[in-house]
Amino acid sequence: MNEHDLRGLIADVKEGGQSRRSFVQKMVALGLSAPIATQMLAWNGVAMAQPVDDYKPTKAGGGGPLKILLWQAPTLLNPHFASGTKDQEASRVFYEPLAGWDAEGNLIPCLAAEVPSKENGGLSADGKSVTWKLKQGVKWHDGKPFTADDVVFNWEYAADPATAAYTTGSYKDIKVEKVDDHSVKVIFAEATPFWADAFVGVAGMIIPKHHFGEFKGAKSREAPANLKPVGTGPYKFVDFKPGDIVTGERNPDYHVKNQPHFDTIEVKGGGDAVSAARAVLQTGEFDYAWNMLVEDEILKRMETGGRGRVLAVPSGNIEFIILNTTDPWTEVDGERSSVKTKHPTLSDPAVRQAINLLIDRDSIQKFIYGRGGTATASFVNEPKMFKSKKLKYEFSVEKANKILDDAGWKKGADGIREKDGKKLKYVFQTSINAPRQKTQAIIKQACQRAGIDLELKSVTASVFFSSDVANPDTYTKLYCDMEMYTTTQPQPDPERFLNQFTSWEIANKENKWLGRNVSRYASKEADDAYKAAQKELDPAKRAALLIKVDEAFCEANVILPLLSRTRVAAAANNLVPKYSGWDSDVWRLASWYRS
Amino acid sequence: MASYLIRRLLIAIPSLLGISLILFTVLALAPGDPFEELATNPNVPPEVRMALRAKFGIDDPVMVRYVRWLTAMVQGDWGFSFASRINVDDLILQRVPTTLFVVGSSQLLALAIALPVGIYAATRPYSVFDQIANTLAFVGFSLPTFFTGLLFILLFSIKLDWLPFVYRSDIAATGWRWYWEMMRQALMPILVLGLFQAASYTRYVRSAVLDVVRLDYVTTARAKGLSETKVTIRHVARNALIPVVTLVALQMPAVFGGAIVTEQIFRVPGIGSLLITAILANDTPVVMAVTFVFACLVVFFNLIADLLYGWLDPRISFR
Repeated sequence: MNEHDLRGLIADVKEGGQSRRSFVQKMVALGLSAPIATQMLAWNGVAMAQPVDDYKPTKAGGGGPLKILLWQAPTLLNPHFASGTKDQEASRVFYEPLAGWDAEGNLIPCLAAEVPSKENGGLSADGKSVTWKLKQGVKWHDGKPFTADDVVFNWEYAADPATAAYTTGSYKDIKVEKVDDHSVKVIFAEATPFWADAFVGVAGMIIPKHHFGEFKGAKSREAPANLKPVGTGPYKFVDFKPGDIVTGERNPDYHVKNQPHFDTIEVKGGGDAVSAARAVLQTGEFDYAWNMLVEDEILKRMETGGRGRVLAVPSGNIEFIILNTTDPWTEVDGERSSVKTKHPTLSDPAVRQAINLLIDRDSIQKFIYGRGGTATASFVNEPKMFKSKKLKYEFSVEKANKILDDAGWKKGADGIREKDGKKLKYVFQTSINAPRQKTQAIIKQACQRAGIDLELKSVTASVFFSSDVANPDTYTKLYCDMEMYTTTQPQPDPERFLNQFTSWEIANKENKWLGRNVSRYASKEADDAYKAAQKELDPAKRAALLIKVDEAFCEANVILPLLSRTRVAAAANNLVPKYSGWDSDVWRLASWYRS
Repeated sequence: MASYLIRRLLIAIPSLLGISLILFTVLALAPGDPFEELATNPNVPPEVRMALRAKFGIDDPVMVRYVRWLTAMVQGDWGFSFASRINVDDLILQRVPTTLFVVGSSQLLALAIALPVGIYAATRPYSVFDQIANTLAFVGFSLPTFFTGLLFILLFSIKLDWLPFVYRSDIAATGWRWYWEMMRQALMPILVLGLFQAASYTRYVRSAVLDVVRLDYVTTARAKGLSETKVTIRHVARNALIPVVTLVALQMPAVFGGAIVTEQIFRVPGIGSLLITAILANDTPVVMAVTFVFACLVVFFNLIADLLYGWLDPRISFR
């Protein structure tokens, strides 16, 4: 389907010739998927649907205790300093954003009265501002009313560099104005196609001005409410022991009728993923456990206990390999893998293409990741609209051999291919993590059959993912020929995620290896498409541009995507959680219930 | 006595300084970054991470940081945790009761098993009871706690479904029900730690009693016509237990230090699990404070053990 057809369809929906739903279904059938299909409609002036919540209980409370187990314990409860998901989940029990993302990537209002759209006047035609209407009658846990001042304050708080909030990326480049007590206007410096960032999802939780007002900037650490949250959420704070447990009780004044269902909530932390799965699936001590980084086989065995089940939803995480096109073994101006150098063998596109053909993605999915991932050749996979249709993967040792033969790489006496005295011998590095080591072994075996020798190296995760400038083994240093890890696409819109394919983000000594482009590869095509996408308001064109960025890197075989990871959780059989791969696990905690 | 005490306390100061310096340097040299999670998150601009590093003083040279830490520590300021941003002393104090309860009870359990078994086995060396006790003791301290812990979970939680294996510090119950729940959840960690400790204590008690039981004064006591029970309890055990008391005193720091592995397995929110999560998160102030407090306790209880030794055995004098 081309752009023209799409426009026809959208116009159809607008005029009422076709229902929203059938449009979305059509898009899904085409592989475009709901999240952006709905965004497409939103931008073209069709209001977002208010999704029906299949919430059964007819009164609030009476559900008894809800027990959630996170195997990494929450350490603080200020959403603006929530570094990992553990803190984001725990904060979300008490705090809420203006809107959250559901599993399909739809924007669902929470503290907002409605999702801004062109139709309701929320989105300006030039894409430079968004007006949020706030829900009326919402009260903080201490009885004070929730107003536009609180929202504006959150922007001031997070945008202040002295606060050093982790959410600052979403706030520092915008301006927020109070329109009246229950509406705020977010103003962007430039036309911004993806406007649903500030005040939305994990970075959007709103903290009360009357508790944090004095603790903006350098004093942020001293706020007592950092550990004793006062929010608007479905549960009120009772107790918090950092690194151990968070408890809460039902908020009787919650702003949604008949919610929440449970009387108390407990979020316990600590331990490891396997035993967390066991506590839900086998012994039933807990109702819900998140982030089940456990081999699928083990989970399947535990599920036979019949007490709980495993849930998996698509997320934006991607497990992939980088082939280094710069020389990691020569030091230039105090750094290795400098863009001024060229890799002696991997700079040959034929070699990279051959290596891509030597990755048996189907086996990796089938035997290692199970429900934890889906084999893919595209870097962006979710929402489906942004997945490239062109990229395909294949596993063929014969083809790889042929390509290498044709390119003049001849097998030497030791069975390793070489040309002009340069051998195809590589160091393949990743973090220590059982599935990754197994994946490394599978790839090494196949490469051996094509005359490529891989030396496997694994680095402790705490070193690999650190930003220690002095350590040569961090992933951004890329002091190796090949490297594998997972990266997270935090929002349904991949624009910010794809900045790791731009030339100005290349990690180097100058930016202390903090640049997001770890591969060091640069492509003018990708740069141009990325810049154009940043300004493009038309969702269809914009998606096409972002796909081009993805393809530029994947087709050059610099980035070899392996698996699109899913988010896996374990839940008791009688628990009905609302689950999403684009937001916190507890993003809709208020409507969880026990059947 | 007083001069001995003062001398020991004075010696403790340079050794504690030395320990703190080594700890600090090792932690500073160890790889890792407390804000590494921010590095992989595209939503967090790198400037935030740099600002935080500067704010928390991580970029300064090691010696500057050490002197700063030391001067603060001397004034009673233990610093604050990078992860939860609250004061380290609060964080530690929150964990102390649980650790004292779990590890303390396990030590009591260990003694309650080891003393009678060890003494009885020693008074009847190479009897069937002694053989069995010996074998079990060997099995006991050959099995690491992470193994017995998992074994217990498998048996009591999964197969039999009797006991919970997640320890919760907030039990939503009052009165007897609270005690019942507390006992149920604490039983497995206490057993795991207690049995392990009991095994080595039993061996120790047995050999200490064996040394004493052959001495002349014991024979004299028997010759006087005292009953065997009286001989064992009043004459043998009293003298044999002097080294055991020292051993227990030296174990006391471990009671405060918690049990890292067992606490992790049963999710007991004690000092041990605080230390391990702090290490994993590169939360240097917490790691530093916990290990330093631990070092102080070791030095302190060594002194106590020495004093206790002299008090129990007047033949030893302090000079």
